[in-house]
Amino acid sequence: MNERHWNWQLWAGFLLCLLGFASYPFVFAKFPITRDIPWANFLLFGTGIVLLSVGLKRAFQQSQQYRGKVAGSILGALSLLAFGFFSFIVFHMTRQLPVSAATPRVGQQAPEFVLPDTSSNPVSLSSLLSTPLVNSQAPPKGVLLVFYRGYW
Amino acid sequence: MPEIEQLRVGPVAISVDTPEMSRNLCRKAGYTYTFLSDPKAEVIRRYDLLHRGAGVNGQDIARPAEFLLDSSGMIRWVNLTEDYRVRARPDQIVEQAKSLK
Repeated sequence: MNERHWNWQLWAGFLLCLLGFASYPFVFAKFPITRDIPWANFLLFGTGIVLLSVGLKRAFQQSQQYRGKVAGSILGALSLLAFGFFSFIVFHMTRQLPVSAATPRVGQQAPEFVLPDTSSNPVSLSSLLSTPLVNSQAPPKGVLLVFYRGYW
Repeated sequence: MPEIEQLRVGPVAISVDTPEMSRNLCRKAGYTYTFLSDPKAEVIRRYDLLHRGAGVNGQDIARPAEFLLDSSGMIRWVNLTEDYRVRARPDQIVEQAKSLK
């Protein structure tokens, strides 16, 4: 009886696909260059899927020499699932946004508001527009309002 | 953000997070600009930026959006992203802020 070889490509491919999924929120989403189009993640997925295909091919065509028919099928299916889910998130889910038809436009006056800051002191938009910034005596040239999703 | 402050434009971040949550965020991340809390999403609604049920536990939150106002409070530039992963890049904002007088 000859011992069959370990089919490492299957595991390496699976690992790369997992990495392709998990590295987006933890690493690549932090930099605009890898965030806007997640090419780095697709590169990981692509390499992983190529490795898995090589491993699966060996497992089925040279099954006397290589192991991994069952494990490879499972890892392959999981990897495709991860790839599908990732694509669904970046191409569909994050694009589900409200219409915002009544959002103030360029040329309009920004609606006034008063909201508490991190010390719970009320701050108005008009005070933001007239109070000099730190390290400055002159009133600001403008204000950048950044609405964000928050960390809940 | 330091670059934009050098252009004498004050960044102001607004979300439904409470003042305590924003304070923790600022301490952890070292942010020094203004963070405002709109837990009831009143201002977020006024700007028509409410994204219903999009928070982790289904809370109503703000969709990401950036507005550059001049010193009179007039809106000079708006960025309403179509994909909340994709927000305005710092260099885009700096470019716009340079045109303010």
